[in-house]
Amino acid sequence: MVDSKIKQLLLALRAGKVTFAYPFEPRPSEPGFRGRVMVDTDKCTGCGGCADVCPTRCIKIIDVSPTYRIIRRYLERCIHCGRCEDVCQYGAVWLDLEYEMATTDKSDLFIEQHLFMGSCNRCGRCYVPPTPLDRLMVVGFRKDEEV
Amino acid sequence: MVKEGILRRFFSKAFGRSLWVFHVNVGACNGCDIEVLDVLTPFFDVERFGIKLVGSPRHADVLLVSGPVTRTMEEPLKRLYEAVPDPKVVVAIGACAIGGAIWFDTYNVVGGVDKVIPVDIYIPGCPPKPEAIIYGVALALGLVPKKIERVEERHETPEELAQVIAYEKERVTAETK
Repeated sequence: MVDSKIKQLLLALRAGKVTFAYPFEPRPSEPGFRGRVMVDTDKCTGCGGCADVCPTRCIKIIDVSPTYRIIRRYLERCIHCGRCEDVCQYGAVWLDLEYEMATTDKSDLFIEQHLFMGSCNRCGRCYVPPTPLDRLMVVGFRKDEEV
Repeated sequence: MVKEGILRRFFSKAFGRSLWVFHVNVGACNGCDIEVLDVLTPFFDVERFGIKLVGSPRHADVLLVSGPVTRTMEEPLKRLYEAVPDPKVVVAIGACAIGGAIWFDTYNVVGGVDKVIPVDIYIPGCPPKPEAIIYGVALALGLVPKKIERVEERHETPEELAQVIAYEKERVTAETK
């Protein structure tokens, strides 16, 4: 009886400290973790495939005019499934390693990006001009100004 | 809705040392509940902040809510909120509790805890990592800064955008005629 208690005590002493001092020590997530949905507007062609497969309609694409397309992400309901990353052929959508997303305000979980598109002179549909020089020629191109 | 600085003062005055937590599941898949249990294990050990799960809402300071609020659980959740003595804090855990996740427009759920009771802290994730939950708690206690903010990336000012849109509309209508 006493022996077993002493054995238990020794075991408990040998275990040491296991607690991880998380908020005081950084803990980066491992590669492969699925966090926020990010979109690179330079690579994006505005096909809308990610918005199409999103099970929660977290990614929304809105056409304001033939040359503008707005990509909105409501991260409040994103389930981090990664379908958008799988389906993007151009590598423009990826999920980053961020998990520290707790907020006091729900509107912080919102990302809006404006995608600049050229429009076909014949049919009026959106497309991305093939080269950066071509993009400069289209109406309203102001990439340098960060507003 | 409580701002961050006010929240910190509020917490330090109202709660003193320990937060007693009552955990309620209003239609979650148990993923978030398992993560909440994980937070209480010795590895993450959230008791170093004085946090403890209690069995009755009348003993609690904090209400942890997980799950999109199903129609049947709407009334019980309201009664539960009233049962927690003031001052109280409501923490929504998981994508379901924040915005409804894949059930955001389904007929049989309300879709978000904040449509039923006021929520103070939102912890997104499906389910959130144990670290993410600890981060949310630490944010409430004022130990860590808030990291994310609303992003509206624009290449144009709204006036310029309006001009471009007007121009494009004119052009398209002229072409179609």
